[in-house]
Amino acid sequence: MTKNFKWNKKDLLGLEYLSAEEITHILDTAESFKEVTTRDIKKVPALRGKTAANLFYEPSTRTRGSFEIAEKRLSCDVVNMDMKASSITKGETLIDTGKNLEALKIDIFVIRHSNPGAPNILARNVSASIINAGDGFHEHPTQALLDLFTIREKLGKIKGKNVSIIGDITHSRVARSNIWGLKKLGANVTICAPKIILPKFAKEFGVKVTDKIDVALKDADAINVLRMQFERDIADAFPSKEEYFNQYGISEERLKKAKKNIVVMHPGPINRGIEMSSEVADGKNSVILEQVTNGIAIRMAVLYLVAGVKNKVSS
Amino acid sequence: MKYLIKNSTVIDPKNNINEVLDVLISNGKIKQIGKNLKALGAKTINAKGMITAPGFVDMHVHFRQPGFEYKETILSGSLSAIKGGVTSVAVMPNTNPVMDTSERVENLQKIIKKDGKINVFVLGCITREQKGENITDFSKLKSVGCVGFTDDGHCVNSAKVMEKAFEKSGKRNLLFISHAEDTSLSAGGVMNEGFIADKLGLKGVSNESEYKIVERDIKLAKKHKARIHIAHVSTKESCELIRKAKKQGVKITAEATPHHFTLTEKECESFNANFKMAPPLRKQKDVDAIKKAIKDGTINCIATDHAPHAVHEKDIEFSNAMNGIIGLETALPLAIENLVDTKHLNMMGLVCVMSYSPAQILGVDKGHLTEGSEADVVVFDPQEKWIYNKEDIVSKSKNSPFIGKELKGKVKYTFVAGKLAS
Amino acid sequence: MKTLLDKETISRTLDRIAHEILEHYKNPSEFALVGIRTRGEFLAKRLQERIEQFSKQKVLLGILDITLYRDDLTQIANQPMLKATEIDFDITGKAIILVDDVLYTGRTVRSALNALIDFGRPTKIELAVIIDRGHRELPIKADYIGKNIPTSKEEKIEVRLKECDTKEEVVLTEK
Repeated sequence: MTKNFKWNKKDLLGLEYLSAEEITHILDTAESFKEVTTRDIKKVPALRGKTAANLFYEPSTRTRGSFEIAEKRLSCDVVNMDMKASSITKGETLIDTGKNLEALKIDIFVIRHSNPGAPNILARNVSASIINAGDGFHEHPTQALLDLFTIREKLGKIKGKNVSIIGDITHSRVARSNIWGLKKLGANVTICAPKIILPKFAKEFGVKVTDKIDVALKDADAINVLRMQFERDIADAFPSKEEYFNQYGISEERLKKAKKNIVVMHPGPINRGIEMSSEVADGKNSVILEQVTNGIAIRMAVLYLVAGVKNKVSS
Repeated sequence: MKYLIKNSTVIDPKNNINEVLDVLISNGKIKQIGKNLKALGAKTINAKGMITAPGFVDMHVHFRQPGFEYKETILSGSLSAIKGGVTSVAVMPNTNPVMDTSERVENLQKIIKKDGKINVFVLGCITREQKGENITDFSKLKSVGCVGFTDDGHCVNSAKVMEKAFEKSGKRNLLFISHAEDTSLSAGGVMNEGFIADKLGLKGVSNESEYKIVERDIKLAKKHKARIHIAHVSTKESCELIRKAKKQGVKITAEATPHHFTLTEKECESFNANFKMAPPLRKQKDVDAIKKAIKDGTINCIATDHAPHAVHEKDIEFSNAMNGIIGLETALPLAIENLVDTKHLNMMGLVCVMSYSPAQILGVDKGHLTEGSEADVVVFDPQEKWIYNKEDIVSKSKNSPFIGKELKGKVKYTFVAGKLAS
Repeated sequence: MKTLLDKETISRTLDRIAHEILEHYKNPSEFALVGIRTRGEFLAKRLQERIEQFSKQKVLLGILDITLYRDDLTQIANQPMLKATEIDFDITGKAIILVDDVLYTGRTVRSALNALIDFGRPTKIELAVIIDRGHRELPIKADYIGKNIPTSKEEKIEVRLKECDTKEEVVLTEK
């Protein structure tokens, strides 16, 4: 437990910007909220009278749903806004939108945007709290936090554990946030993908980089398998999805060579038979559905913490 | 009106003057430079501790007129230049329409004649509509006043087209300015390629995309004994290529912008699009190489690439924002702090790269204080510290990453053709 | 600083409260103890031990964190550290005895009542405290009281327990 720790960030923009202590504090806080989610009455009055706006510039059912449930369970009023990303030079800018909504006395913005840094820009321009629900290929901090929470729950701790992230690293905000979080909490991180979807300078994250799946699975205590957007990412390099599965897919056979209790994670939605076989997705090592449950507790914790910061200075 | 500027250090690289003297301006001309000058009826300016130099010459600005008057105009750009001590500029032709025919240039010249509060020289396009396909009529463009040719904003991607332009130059020794960016390599990029781009999830622009074109242009210019000027040099490799080419006698010159010798890619971590430009801000090693290249003369001059954009084009998502920043009002202090204070240049050297040297490249009779010549003069205090406030920006656009920063070195008086300008 | 209760007195007081509870309820299975974090938790544990010892029967114990139900969440500077609530039995149909160290304004108890009701429908809820210092801001009273101490608002009462503090005592200090 982080004793006497005071959370003082009004925003959650990414895990790069958090200290190990802050990340741990969120995970600890989420433990309490996980208990709340096991009750018959899953609602607490902590954010009564506050209003959250879910600004989604990109379609999302899962993350938005998860945030909405978390907000409602905290007794926060919720307004969902499906935003059409405006064209470059016409229409209302992101900052305009933020200021207009702030005039409606919104306390918390949850934003999903296809452009990296959109939450950072909003955070600088409004005094309300900003929670990044995914910005381009930059960060998806609540997803990584729920992954960390799940790993900690399953393995007891994160420090010293070997965690491999497998799949399209280049186009993954989940990967980036996970790398920051895992590194800060002391895990040994390996990233694994065909070279064309590995960032050119990935080594500078301080991770082991490999394009061999067996290397990523060997000694891994947990793996986080990313969703492949096959057509966009690697259709040129792999003529068929089967070919990708043959080389990188997580099958039962491959898993047999890994540690017996390896924790298998996936941020969803799964492409069964591309990045992971159905047997593995539904198998005993899979914690995929627990991740979804933990997502609520993590998002409740984040909402609760940022909402409590009174001195709203941009972070 | 007569002006007598007393007791300042007069620096004039062309005439090798660098001492405390008085300057008398009369009838629009530099009347006399000497000790203890007296002039009846002259307005006296006590400029003790200040420096009097030729008005600065900025060979790379975007004044956006015609077509983008909401960003800048010949008038507003001129006033911004005056604030920065700049008395001559060369305006880039990527307006709407672009400056690719003599008719279009003549129309622009009319606006300049009316609104240009400083000397505004026009650059013409290398290719029609800046499409990189068909070269323009250089003779005709030259006859209506174009001092050089460039597709700035775009690269002439085809080596064949660029070679054709060089061929046309022939013995006329035309000035070609190269916006060196191989767009087949840089396409989609919004900041420097590297770990920072990788971690931010932004697409990178490699050093290679610049220096490959610099390399190509050097080769072609050498082959045709033509003249090439490399705009906004941003990479270490380009500096080295230019240095080597100069040694081999290639007719090559180059410019660097204040932001490229002041800032690095690290600034992009803020996602503030005022740090987004083309070429992008690079690494510290590139910044160091540019300063070294300015010091040893590989880079001949400082040019701002003054690129005004409206709020809705800059104060938005980084990937969507337009490239470029305004620079006229901050060039001098940035150069003092990052080149003079760091001993890359002495004050004489600085004045040279900001006035005489670019005037020479443009082939215009500017950038010196020769007695009898037109009095384009700047008086600045090299020590005065000031805060660059948004409210004080004269340019129509406010897209500067230096807003709110303390700067050292302030322009006190700018004279254009002997008139005190403001 | 003035010592109101020493170690022995605290112990005797808890003995007495345990006996009072047993006088009220024929069978310990009719009720459960729920301690309010932080110090109520430890006091509830001590009461549980005593009642089990006196009655030779098991007593249910839960721990309640009332942070999420506080009425001053919007006024305090940073969110207080959250700790888990541990009530792993069904409270419906049982009497619940809330346990806390000091009863003052009544606002903590109000929060606890709200929190508790989200867990089910107890037959009734009672309150046990070591100190009742007065100055209620809500219509709340304690059913089992260690000691009534009239105080002024400028004074502060601190219950120190060996489980979380270095000493074992109840002291009165000036603010």
